[in-house]
Amino acid sequence: MNCIIVDDEATARLIVSQLCSKIDNLDVIDDFSSAIEAIKFLNQNTVDVIFLDIHMPGFSGFDFVQTLKNPPKIVLTTSDTNFAIEAYEYEAIVDYLVKPVTLERFEKSIQKIKKSLSQQSQVESVTQSSSSSSEIGEELYINIDRRLIKINFNDIQLIEAKGDYIEVKTVKETYRVRNTLKKIKDKLPEKLFLQIHRSYIINFTKIIDIEDNSVLIEKNVVPISRSNRPELMRRLNLL
Amino acid sequence: MEEPNLNYVNTLADGNQEFLNEFIAIIKKEYPGEVETYNKGVSTKNHIATADIVHKLKHKFNILGLEKAYGLAVTYENELREGNFKLDSDFKRILDKITSYLKTI
Repeated sequence: MNCIIVDDEATARLIVSQLCSKIDNLDVIDDFSSAIEAIKFLNQNTVDVIFLDIHMPGFSGFDFVQTLKNPPKIVLTTSDTNFAIEAYEYEAIVDYLVKPVTLERFEKSIQKIKKSLSQQSQVESVTQSSSSSSEIGEELYINIDRRLIKINFNDIQLIEAKGDYIEVKTVKETYRVRNTLKKIKDKLPEKLFLQIHRSYIINFTKIIDIEDNSVLIEKNVVPISRSNRPELMRRLNLL
Repeated sequence: MEEPNLNYVNTLADGNQEFLNEFIAIIKKEYPGEVETYNKGVSTKNHIATADIVHKLKHKFNILGLEKAYGLAVTYENELREGNFKLDSDFKRILDKITSYLKTI
């Protein structure tokens, strides 16, 4: 996989380049301080990915995306969170990284790119992934005082990490289980659940409203972390 | 006031001295010009140009671990877009702090 970096700040280009160097099989073939230079390059070359700053003098990242006829996968890099909604109006934009970007977050982004590239080349994989998610079933069994209690996914509102425990909140009850958020996340269907904070997974269908940096699920106000917000925004059916 | 640091950059470098040296060289070169652009924007009362350079500088605050300064820059950038320069002296104090710090690395 190859990429270019477009950012008017030299420090930002160097940082993204350093992040790329940590990823196997990802080559930075060039970097550009202006969108115009990058467009000239793309007229004669093809790349798999562009790491693109939104806020550049004279020519914004969004202007840049609109000029590309067959855009590759684009990852936006920005100091602002306010453009997330607009970002997901563009099919080519697969992720939205808020500076300063950690290696962990960058690796997640690479996974998204790979996923998006693979979906592009194999349309049938979409069908396969939906059938595999249905294999998870409709319920989850949790161990409470040596009893296995069945909880339907649709009844779960949210799951909160509390130290060594997690609390599974349903409409009627809250179950406290000694486990980790990461483990339960693997058992949940992706189409229903989404991690929106280090300590919270929510049932996406139970959202009542979203305000600033929090989501209302029934009577629970759940914080949205900066890094998880773009994925949440991407999954909303926005008007 | 919080102190600038290279914690983020060191983590990213993960022992890569070449990257670290390059980063320091670039920020030392890039930063004074940005401060100059800022001062020019303020002295000419060009609030849009000033907001743009504050936007750019706030990224450096983040890189240098200045979280509170970053918060102030976010507010200031928004206020500048409305033509309000009220936070200029607070912002300049942060710039001076970074200028001093960059001389030590």
